[in-house]
Amino acid sequence: MSLDPITLSVIQAGLAQVCDEMDMSFSRAAFSPVIAEANDRSDGIYAAEDGALIAQGAGGLPVFVGTMQYSTRVLIERIKSGQTPAPKPGDIYIVNDPYLGGTHLMDVRFARPFYRNGEIFCWLSNTGHWPDTGGAVPGGFSASATAVEQEGLRLPPVRLFKEGVMDEEIYAIICSNIRVADQRIGDVKAQAAALKVGETRLNALLDRYGDDVVRAAIAELRARAATQMRRLIDEIPDGSYSSTAWIDSDGVVNEPLAIKLRIDKTPGHLRFDFAGSAPPCQGPMNSVLATTLSSVYLAMRHIFPEVPISAGAFEPLEVIRPTGTFLDAQYPRPVSGCAAEVSQRIAEAVFAALVEALPHRVTAAPAGTSGNFALGGHDPETGRDFVMYQLSGGGYGGNADHDGLANGCSTIGISKAPPVEIMEQNFPVLYHRYALREGSGGAGRHRGGLGLDYELELRRGTARASFVMDHGRFGPQGALGGSDGAVNEVEITRDGESYRPEHLSKEQDIPLAAGDRVRVKTPGGGGYGDPEERDPKLTAEDRRLGRQ
Amino acid sequence: MTKGSIIGVDVGGTFTDLVMVDPATGAIRLAKVPTTLDNQAYGVLSALESAEADLGAVDLIVHGTTTTTNAVLERKLSRTGLITTMGFRDVLELGRRTRPQAYGMKGEFRPIIPRDLRLEVPERMDAAGEIVTPLDEDALRAALQTLLDEGAEALVIHFLHAYANPAHERRAAEIAREVWPNDHITCGHELLSETREFERGVTAAVNASVQPLLERYLARLRDELAGQGYAGDVLVMNGNGGMVSSKRVAREAAKTVMSGPASGVMAAAYTGRQAGEPNLLTYDMGGTSTDVALIQGGAPPVSNEIEIEYAMPIHVPMVDVRTVGAGGGSIASVNAAGLLEIGPESAGATPGPICYGKGGTRPTISDANLLLGRLNPGRLAVEGGVSLEDVRGIFADMLGAPLGLSPEEAAEAVIRVANAKMAGAIRMVSLSLGADPRDFALFAFGGAGPLHAAALARELGVPRVLVPARPGITNALGCVVADLRHDYVQTVNQVLQTADMATLHTVFATQEAAGRAALAAENIEILDTEVSFSADMQFIGQSHLVRVPLTSANPSREDLQKGFEAAYWDRFGVELAQIRAKVVSLNCSVIGTSDPVDLSVLIGAGESLQPVETRTVLFDGTPYDTPVYWRDDLPEGATIEGPALIEQMDTTLLIEPKCTARRDPLGNLILEVRP
Repeated sequence: MSLDPITLSVIQAGLAQVCDEMDMSFSRAAFSPVIAEANDRSDGIYAAEDGALIAQGAGGLPVFVGTMQYSTRVLIERIKSGQTPAPKPGDIYIVNDPYLGGTHLMDVRFARPFYRNGEIFCWLSNTGHWPDTGGAVPGGFSASATAVEQEGLRLPPVRLFKEGVMDEEIYAIICSNIRVADQRIGDVKAQAAALKVGETRLNALLDRYGDDVVRAAIAELRARAATQMRRLIDEIPDGSYSSTAWIDSDGVVNEPLAIKLRIDKTPGHLRFDFAGSAPPCQGPMNSVLATTLSSVYLAMRHIFPEVPISAGAFEPLEVIRPTGTFLDAQYPRPVSGCAAEVSQRIAEAVFAALVEALPHRVTAAPAGTSGNFALGGHDPETGRDFVMYQLSGGGYGGNADHDGLANGCSTIGISKAPPVEIMEQNFPVLYHRYALREGSGGAGRHRGGLGLDYELELRRGTARASFVMDHGRFGPQGALGGSDGAVNEVEITRDGESYRPEHLSKEQDIPLAAGDRVRVKTPGGGGYGDPEERDPKLTAEDRRLGRQ
Repeated sequence: MTKGSIIGVDVGGTFTDLVMVDPATGAIRLAKVPTTLDNQAYGVLSALESAEADLGAVDLIVHGTTTTTNAVLERKLSRTGLITTMGFRDVLELGRRTRPQAYGMKGEFRPIIPRDLRLEVPERMDAAGEIVTPLDEDALRAALQTLLDEGAEALVIHFLHAYANPAHERRAAEIAREVWPNDHITCGHELLSETREFERGVTAAVNASVQPLLERYLARLRDELAGQGYAGDVLVMNGNGGMVSSKRVAREAAKTVMSGPASGVMAAAYTGRQAGEPNLLTYDMGGTSTDVALIQGGAPPVSNEIEIEYAMPIHVPMVDVRTVGAGGGSIASVNAAGLLEIGPESAGATPGPICYGKGGTRPTISDANLLLGRLNPGRLAVEGGVSLEDVRGIFADMLGAPLGLSPEEAAEAVIRVANAKMAGAIRMVSLSLGADPRDFALFAFGGAGPLHAAALARELGVPRVLVPARPGITNALGCVVADLRHDYVQTVNQVLQTADMATLHTVFATQEAAGRAALAAENIEILDTEVSFSADMQFIGQSHLVRVPLTSANPSREDLQKGFEAAYWDRFGVELAQIRAKVVSLNCSVIGTSDPVDLSVLIGAGESLQPVETRTVLFDGTPYDTPVYWRDDLPEGATIEGPALIEQMDTTLLIEPKCTARRDPLGNLILEVRP
């Protein structure tokens, strides 16, 4: 069937709309602030035969850009091979197994077969970050886990909803293994309801244009997305581009982990080879294959934001499976750091490799860490235990157009940080500062953006502090002659004595008492271009405003 | 006593519009003149001149202004200093750790107050409002002196947790007033006493830094008007859709940032109520963007969380108008996938679409309308010397060739894709407010709105479109029909099960009393006073709020619980009996209604239904002989079957095939769209 380009555009917009409506429904009804406020979720439509990504909501968390097509494909294969029971209409599978196309355990995926005339036409799937899935520490980010079992409950694909009805027995098992289980029902209902919204809207689209037309449009859009990506990557001259990015340590063994990347550009094709990267590590900084692929895709989307997310757009991007490295972790390697930290370092490697070839599109390295500081303890005033998270931003890389943004969100996220006032309302802490980190931007023609400098004090009771951050050893890379941004710094003052984590950016369960303080300085962005070429007026302004 | 005329005058980005109504005779005058950007008062005066208004016989002038909006967007602000809590001067620049777009790691942000004018003093409250560090008054005096030496004209005092205990802010303001040479002092807790230091701080900073500008502008305008014999007061439209005396409005200047869009929505709500259409999806399509709002039960929605651009939240109650991108000037292009795209680039007002003849060389939505015969080719810019053939040539080269279409087919494609995208964006606005667009009528206004209304309605599944008599001056009409209005929000943060209901009732009573007192202070004749109450609620542990309308100021616990459950079900289709609810804040609106204006005076009724010409217009590739009517000629009750075009001074309405337009007694056109 041949389709006119207008019908194609309209169906493309229609498919995107289905996903956007799922995203909105999920966020607005979710309980977990991680989903509702931080938009740590994503919804999409996937092909019936192989799970290939047809469309995904524009407002989804960037790191999920390629993971659900992987997990849906694995689910389809398992159904074919009989490892997982076949679906009936109204069923919804739940799965969070990282090795079956996931990220970390907290990212829980739902998948619902979408039927037309008794046949599966496609799959609707979404991912939401649950605040807890059990494991050694609340929230799941254990900096020193050495096996996935310590990180939480692992679910293979099972049908949580059967013909529209939730299986209370499966749900009871889940609830018995996770913290704050009583509120999870709100997220489960929201996540399932979003897929229902998708079903209704997709049916409307198919009723309007006809199943055959939409099916043909999906195939044609996939081919055209591939063409579009090929044309864009042809802005890169043919040749090889290499880079190295470093992770401070895995949290258990205090040695840096290298990500070695070589990109080979041939006409219409980019080949990503991570050969030579560090072997699998003991601590939780391993990445599963789905997350490694997704990190490459999201980096390319940051470079070419005009390409809609779809399997076709990924076709010209060939990632050699990094077998034998920490970027292709196998069971039972711990993986809680893959989505939040390793993914950002993979993206940094892609940026660093391509910035010379695409100097107007690519920036110097951004802060590139989620800056996860968790504080768990007991508040004697309320008589309750608490777990607090402070996620923080850092400076973005300088670029061809201007200096980097200050205090930007992580490369893989899009969420707002909570206000200090809300943190102090909910937890027994008092912030002493929440400020621009002066002098942290890497020098350059356009300097890196400034990081954040915050300090807080535990007011009552006792608590334990944990940190999963990065860029403590090496700052975000400068580009084209620019300097690196400032490194991440963590300083704990206990009983008047200052203490820095051995792993610089990672440590777990540091005991704190009332009056103890934690100070974090997040990385500044890398500088772009020769600092000698910087406009003296900008330098003077930076000095006047105390920025550098 | 006979009543004098009322004038509504709205200053928009391109035009200044005026409506003058004489309630005694029903006479009406309209004017549309170019906006004068450097001093909006000149445009206002020239509009008055154009309408030949006798200012001695005018009772009231109501003014919608973009003075503050433009000042903020262009950062042409008064020099303003900030004094804040030690350790927190960068809050205004750090924001909430975001970036302007999800993909693409570039972005810039200019804080409202530069870093060297942001000073810190020792003082600290905790979240419970207890003093942790007393206010250091010597440090405060020194900081004030520094700001004065630096030439600051306005001052913001913004302390952490001042919503819980404003004592330090109040004391600091008291001291500041001793030395500050004017009264441009804004405290963070004054405009909206809510948690969240960035949003509250930005709101206060915007308020302070536009206050002197707005005050000077209005003083100049009052002087000019007085010089021409006007003895009455000038009222200004606030973003909440109510009017406030120009002598007091600058005190809370931040509330005027949505003045123009709010007027448009107020006019739509008023027109809808008169026409028996209380539920409207309003759609204002201009040159660069389209604004959308949702009116339910005749009342426009008010939100406390408007963000006027990236990282620029203004948290005061304002009419909830969302900007959804495309306008007549949005540019069409073919991307690397060979697919047609509309926007996000726009030709704006300069150079504008090709057909403006001001140097535009890229195809836009307006050009597509022209090529299809939907816009009158007789109105092509003469000075620029652009011909229909020029437009056709550009469509052939830039769109037709790569898509394999004729120029006309390409133009239809542009319209079709643009409509699909706009309908999607409108749907998202509607859904985000928890409403199904099919339950609404579309209210189309703005210069470009009525051209797309029928197609959008069909796309959205909306059965009816209401096109007001004067779509191009809707904002000015909003000024004439506006009420006096005061909104109050109080954060209470109480679990419903254990909430002290008496305290909640006291909050409502206090809010209502404050509103009534404020109305009395306006010294303007009020027909009636309406008071409404609502609660913003959530389930414990959740972050989104659901607004629960209440029928009384003394709701019982059960009223709140039931109301919340119903509102939640309406919005999300989920019920969660096992989780407890929380009352986050209480809201009260006090509205003083004014004399109704008879809308039928806006447009006269003609005698007979005669087209002024017949033009060939393309629909789905088929040329139709399409009659063109002049709107002012249409007799009452006139019914026109599509396809047809109805032209008027400021806009063109397209009646597509399978649509019927009917002129109602008020002069509105009601378009029925059949599937």
